[in-house]
Amino acid sequence: MTQANPQLNQHGELIHLLSIEGLSREILHGILDRAEPFTAVAEREVKKVPLLRGKSVFNLFFENSTRTRTTFEIAAKRLSADVINLNINTSSAAKGESLLDTVDNLAAMQADMFVVRHASSGAPYLIAQHLAATGRDHIHVVNAGDGRHSHPTQGLLDMYTIRHYKQDFTKLTVAVVGDILHSRVARSQLHALVTLGVPEIRLVGPQTLLPTAAAQMIPNAPLRVCHDMAEGLRGADVVMMLRLQNERMQGALLPSPQEYFKSYGLTPEKLALAKPDAIVMHPGPMNRGVEIDSAVADGRQAVILPQVTFGIAVRMAVMSMLAGVSQ
Amino acid sequence: MSTTLPPVDELIDRLAAQMRPHVAPDTVLVGIHTGGVWIAERLHALLGLTQPPASIDVSFHRDDHHLGNGLRAGGRPSHLPDTTEGAHLVVVDDVLQTGRTLRAALNEIFDYGRPARVELAVLVDRGGRELPVAATYCPLTLGLPDGQSLDLARDDAGRLSFSLGEKRGAP
Repeated sequence: MTQANPQLNQHGELIHLLSIEGLSREILHGILDRAEPFTAVAEREVKKVPLLRGKSVFNLFFENSTRTRTTFEIAAKRLSADVINLNINTSSAAKGESLLDTVDNLAAMQADMFVVRHASSGAPYLIAQHLAATGRDHIHVVNAGDGRHSHPTQGLLDMYTIRHYKQDFTKLTVAVVGDILHSRVARSQLHALVTLGVPEIRLVGPQTLLPTAAAQMIPNAPLRVCHDMAEGLRGADVVMMLRLQNERMQGALLPSPQEYFKSYGLTPEKLALAKPDAIVMHPGPMNRGVEIDSAVADGRQAVILPQVTFGIAVRMAVMSMLAGVSQ
Repeated sequence: MSTTLPPVDELIDRLAAQMRPHVAPDTVLVGIHTGGVWIAERLHALLGLTQPPASIDVSFHRDDHHLGNGLRAGGRPSHLPDTTEGAHLVVVDDVLQTGRTLRAALNEIFDYGRPARVELAVLVDRGGRELPVAATYCPLTLGLPDGQSLDLARDDAGRLSFSLGEKRGAP
């Protein structure tokens, strides 16, 4: 039995952005195409366009994040929306209010869009389902990161960056390096890379973080696990680094940051194994000297700051697409 | 209904003739994507202007975005001169109908600065205005019914032509 994709309406148009999994290549390219003109908005005298004028966007962050929240806020403001930031950690949830009660209250304040980050996988799905079940599906939901599941706008901005520098996905070798299994960023990246037709995707990391079976995480996808950094990087067009989360150090999965850096930290010497025009990406925040050397992070192949800039355009595209869709 | 249109080249020549007494070498033509850009390129050559033609995409300012047809994939960014402050601009489009595109174009232009003067040049005014907008320069006025479409196309050799047809979804 096939279930209707909760992200799409009956015409196949995007009404929520919950995960990259389940979106077609056509939709992904459609979002990237739409993002392109938004990159120029920041260069105008008036850095604002009126596509979301009069709309209320609620940033619901049940988990801390400064950068993602800020880029969503900038994107919504450049679309002329009114943005309300709720840091739920310190408000109602701390007083015991349930997720759906919080959503009901904000919907009663005439919200048009929720941007949701939550430590539990599936929380944005739950909100979207709840809104549909209660006849309020004119309110759109954007997943800004849920548990270990998905961080779709990060995945999309990474694809925008790759397309910007490399154009054709179907000729690329991409290495994703780090704590892939625990990373919602990696999960979104991998689904996007596979959907866009990248023929060789290498998952690079230590055995303790990355069992060989990880190659099966997306069935029939060209994923290959490499426990050797040199093997993973050789001839790559794109190197996508992941942030090593400090909590992994405590679970006996990794010996020490220094030890990790020695094997899997991206140094100029290791990067030299990739193609000479390979680009280096990182979703931020970076741990210099743990997963990436400063000489690489600040080097000519790094596109880490352009990723941030493109992220605003991609989020503007997503929000204006959702708001512009009729039910 | 049979309406025969003059060749596009002839219309462009007539439009250029109307504009010639009123433009200076530093006048900037601003073509609206897509048809207006093609016409602006031709006018630019005919009028011998020094400023390269500019182009704008009005997607960001359309008033029907909430109806689900606002943003099309592959919309191009606008390219306006570094400063439009104090400039004389002539907005160029193929067909003037409701006036909504021009309203959006004016909003787009003013996001870049405050020009001294803005005029409008179109090849065809087909009637059907929904806003108080008029062309400054226009060689041909028609009264086409709502259900009829009038589209400018460009072939591989760069030749422009109008085609008349039924609007999709028209009654």
